[in-house]
Amino acid sequence: MEEVKCVSMPRIGDPAPSFEAQTTMGPIKFPDDFKGQWVVIFSHPADFTPVCTTEFMGFAKLNDEFQKRNVQLIGLSIDNIFSHIAWVMNIKEKTGVEIPFPIIADVDGKVAQLFGMLHPGESSTVTVRAVFVIDPNAKIRAIIYYPLSTGRNMREILRLVDALQTADKYQVATPADWVPEPQTWEFTEENTKVIVPPPTSYEEALKRLKEGYECVDWYFCKKKLS
Amino acid sequence: MSTGCVSPDGKLGDRAIELLKLLKERGRLKDTEIAEVVKRPLFQVRSSLRELSNAGFLKVENDYFILTQKAEEALTKA
Repeated sequence: MEEVKCVSMPRIGDPAPSFEAQTTMGPIKFPDDFKGQWVVIFSHPADFTPVCTTEFMGFAKLNDEFQKRNVQLIGLSIDNIFSHIAWVMNIKEKTGVEIPFPIIADVDGKVAQLFGMLHPGESSTVTVRAVFVIDPNAKIRAIIYYPLSTGRNMREILRLVDALQTADKYQVATPADWVPEPQTWEFTEENTKVIVPPPTSYEEALKRLKEGYECVDWYFCKKKLS
Repeated sequence: MSTGCVSPDGKLGDRAIELLKLLKERGRLKDTEIAEVVKRPLFQVRSSLRELSNAGFLKVENDYFILTQKAEEALTKA
């Protein structure tokens, strides 16, 4: 008889699952260590992959904005702590961007399972791009899932936090495209570039940097669509 | 899991000594107050305080962290 596997999938309004984990900024106990704070836990498929790198740089750039809103960002992937550290150092070295939030080393995928971040139809080995917005009472207030191929919009995640906090504070709801104040942020030429799939062999990696793409490192190259 | 505050053989790391010295100087502080003084994320401070409490260097009274006799003795040797 075929074995049916039940997977935990927390939903909006559920208490966020509790866990302990090793991160790039030391061990954490969730939710205890984050009492009184909003938390955005987001998963990425893997370290040293280009889309994830752009996302981490995006989150890092907005970290102060999240902090102003009493939000602690926490990253997660099924990678070990040494991979996380090497990746964070690589991002700093190649782009000058410091990653100022912890990244969970979920080697055995336990936290990913608890939060339902593994979607077998997309991949059974790496996490999809999940975002959980959790309030100071450790209740899940919003969930977003993106596939492996699509980088998230960090401004939208910030807007979501603003909307939730505004709804709580003023007992209101927010309409489509609501923003707390007129936005000065615009898309630029840079936003139109796409990621070149990273090389999958040492030989390809050596070649990649000579192929005329706009490269930050061997695994992270962009191009403009013609 | 260790934060590096207390080694497996009970020795205090730099971060632990910094926190214990701060509490010796101020008498008693809440976790949020400590995070503000040491300018580190609250979750990181809470993790360190938990490790120090579990190792018997701190006690908690009404959300305030206070040094134990063990911590006082450890600080004289640090």
